[in-house]
Amino acid sequence: MAESGGTSILDRRTFLKAAGAATGVAVAGGIPGIVAAQKAPSFPKGTKLNILEWVSFVPASDVEFKRLATEFGKLAGVDVTVDLINMNDLNPRIASAIETKAGPDIIMMISNWPHLYADGLADVDDLAEEIAKRDGAFYEHNQKVSVVGGHWKAVPLCSVPSTWAYREDWFKEAGASKFPDTWEELRKVGIELKKKKRPLGQAFGHSLGDPNNWAYSVTWGFGGTEIDEAGKVVINSKATIDAVKFTVALWKEALDEGGLAWDDSSNNRAYLAGTISATINGASIYFVAKRQFPDIAKVTGHGHMPKGPGGRFYNIGGQGRSIMKYSKNQQVAKEFLRWFMDRPQYDKWMAANDGYTVGPTPHWEKHPLWEKDPKLIPFREASRFGRWPGYPGVPSRKASEALVKYILVDMYAQAIKGMKAEDAVKWAEGELKKAYA
Amino acid sequence: MSRITIATGVPVAVREARRPSRLGQLLEKEHVLAGALLAPTLVILTLFIAYPFVLGIWLAVSDKVVGRPGNFIGLDNFRVNLNDSIFLRAFQNTFVYTFIATVLKLALGMAAALLLNHHFRFKRLVRASMLLPWIIPTVLSTLAWQWMFDATFSVFNWMLLNVGVISDRILWLGDGTLAMGCLITVNVWRGMPFFAITLLAGLQTINPDLHEAAEIDGANAWQRFWQVTLPLIKPIMLVVVLFSMIATFADFQLIYVLTRGGPYSSTHVFGTYAYEIAMRAAKLGQGASISLFLFPFLLTVIVFQLWYIRRSD
Repeated sequence: MAESGGTSILDRRTFLKAAGAATGVAVAGGIPGIVAAQKAPSFPKGTKLNILEWVSFVPASDVEFKRLATEFGKLAGVDVTVDLINMNDLNPRIASAIETKAGPDIIMMISNWPHLYADGLADVDDLAEEIAKRDGAFYEHNQKVSVVGGHWKAVPLCSVPSTWAYREDWFKEAGASKFPDTWEELRKVGIELKKKKRPLGQAFGHSLGDPNNWAYSVTWGFGGTEIDEAGKVVINSKATIDAVKFTVALWKEALDEGGLAWDDSSNNRAYLAGTISATINGASIYFVAKRQFPDIAKVTGHGHMPKGPGGRFYNIGGQGRSIMKYSKNQQVAKEFLRWFMDRPQYDKWMAANDGYTVGPTPHWEKHPLWEKDPKLIPFREASRFGRWPGYPGVPSRKASEALVKYILVDMYAQAIKGMKAEDAVKWAEGELKKAYA
Repeated sequence: MSRITIATGVPVAVREARRPSRLGQLLEKEHVLAGALLAPTLVILTLFIAYPFVLGIWLAVSDKVVGRPGNFIGLDNFRVNLNDSIFLRAFQNTFVYTFIATVLKLALGMAAALLLNHHFRFKRLVRASMLLPWIIPTVLSTLAWQWMFDATFSVFNWMLLNVGVISDRILWLGDGTLAMGCLITVNVWRGMPFFAITLLAGLQTINPDLHEAAEIDGANAWQRFWQVTLPLIKPIMLVVVLFSMIATFADFQLIYVLTRGGPYSSTHVFGTYAYEIAMRAAKLGQGASISLFLFPFLLTVIVFQLWYIRRSD
C-alpha cells in the first residue's frame, strides 16, 4: 500500500529489518514491536537527524527535549542534532529551507503553519492516526491546523494555552471569590479593581500572541466570526459589534490604558510589578513569580477565558512537528516522532514543561503534574475550548494573512482610539474580504 | 638557444629574445586587461546584487508562495497593494519617516560636525564616543529605547512626572503619531553620528585660508558658513544624504523591534509590511511587490543626486 510522503509501510518494515540485521539490533515485529519494546529502531551508521525547535519560554523544556533527542540517537544509532532558534526566526528559516530544499529534517510548526507550508511537508497520516488510536482523538484545533487537504502535514505535539492569571487577593477585595465566569461579570469586577488602581491588563499592539488572544476569543465569545464554514466573510454582525463595544467599555472602565503600547512581555512585567490585577497569559507569569516573587505566586490564580453570549473560546493554534518533504531522512524523522510521542518519553517532556504545554489529546489531562499544582487546572482544560485562526472555516493561508495583518486586533484598537464600533467592524470586513479573496 | 654563423665563420651563441606567453600577450591588450580586472567585481555584483534583484522582480510579478512554483500574473500584486489600506499607510509612513529623519540627521549632524571641528580638550574622546550609537547593534540599542518608551516603566515618564511637567504617563508607543515620532527619534539618534563624522571629514579638507580671507573681507560666521563651508562640502553632504536616504527607506530592524507596525498598523513601513506578508503569510510574490515599490523612488533619488554631484564637479 502506497503511503503518502514517498515511502511505503512495506518498504519501511523491510528497511528496519534490514537495518536491524545489519546493526545487530533487534527490530523484529516492526513498528508494533518497537512500540511494545519502547525502544528506538536502528538505522545505518552515519544516519543523521536534524531538528529545528524554538527556544522555549520554559528552559527545562529545551533541556529535556535535547536529552530525549540524544537518547533516541543512542538507541537508534543516529546522530541527532537539535537547533534552537528564536520563535520570530522560525518563519524565515522554514521558508528558506523549503525553497532551497535543504535544512532540518523536522521543523516545529506553530498554529496553522502546516497550511502555509503544506507543499514542502511530508504526509504523516499513519503516525498521526496511530497516536490518535492509542491516546484518543486529537483536540479539534490540533487536528484542524495539522490536516491539509485530507492529509496530516504535522504530528500534533502540544498546545500552549493562555488563561487569565489574576490576583486572588485583590479580586476577593473587589467582591469576586473566584475568577468571573462571564465577560459581563469580569467587567463588573474590573470596574471595582480599576477604581482601586488595580486595572486588568491587555495588549492591543502588534505582538505575536496576546493581542490576537483577546481579539479572537472575545469575538467568538460574543458569537462573531471572521468567516463562516464556507469561507465567506461574516465579521460584520451584531455579535462582533457587541464584542467591540464591550471591549471599548472595558478599556475605559477596567483595563490599563497602556495596552495599546504593549508587547507580549509588557503584561508579564506589569503583573509582576503589581500594576495590574489580571491578564491573559501562558503559565510563564506564574512560573517566574514562583521563582522570583513567591509572595505574588501565592496569591496568583488562573481563570478560564470567560463565557460570552456565544460561549467560551480560546484562541489556541496548537503546535506540531513536521517532516520536511526534501528530507532524505524521512524514515528516521518519523521514527523519532513516533518514539517521542510514545507515552514514556512524552510523559517526561510534559513533566519538564510543568503545565506550560498541554498534550494534544485528552489522554494527557490525566498526567500527574496537574494534581501537583491545582492552580494550573485551567491550563489543563483550556484545549477543550480551543479554536483556530479562521474558525469555523479552514485555518488556511488566507486566515494567516488576516492574522499577520492584525485585522481583528486593529479593529479593536481603532475602536479603542475613538472609531465607532460599527465603522471599525466595517473596516475589518473590507480588509478581511481582501485577505480571503 | 641557437647557434648562428657570422661572417668570421665562427659560430656564436645568441640568446633569443624571450617571447611573451600567450596569456601575457593577451593581457598586453588594454581592453583584455581591463576586462580581467573587472571580472571579479562583475561576478560578485551579478551573484549578490543583480541575481537577487532580477529574482525580486520576477517574484513581484508572480503569485509565488512558499513551496509552490510561481505563475506570472503581471501587475496584479501591485494592483492589490494599491487597494490595501495598510499598504497605503505604510507607503505614506515610509516617506514621512525617511524625509523627517534625514532632514534632522543632516541638521544635527552638521551642527555636531561644526562643533567637533573646533579645538577643545578631550576632542578625540568626544569624537570617538560620538560614534557609539552608530556602532552598537541596532537591535540592542533599540531594545534599550523600548524600555525607555515602555508604557509602565518609561524613564522619560518617570522623569517628567517627578519634575511635574506631566500629571499622567505618556503612552509613547500607544498612539500612531507619537509612535512614529519615537521611531524617527531613535533613527536620528542612531544615524546622526554617521552624518557628523563624515561631514567633519569634509570640513577638515577646507583650507583655513579661505575662511580667513572671507573674515578679512568682512563676512560674519553665518555668511562664511553659507558662502564658504557649505559649497565646499556639498558633494560629500549629498553623498551622505544619498546613503542615509537609501538606508532609511529600507529600514526594518528598528521599527520591527519597537512597534512591529503597530498600534493599528500606524507605523508600518515598506520593509516591515513586506516582511509580514512574505514571511509570516508566506506570500513571497506579494511581499516582493511591496518591497519593489521602493525601487522607482530610490532610483530617482540616486539618479538625481549623482547627476547633481557630477554637474557640481
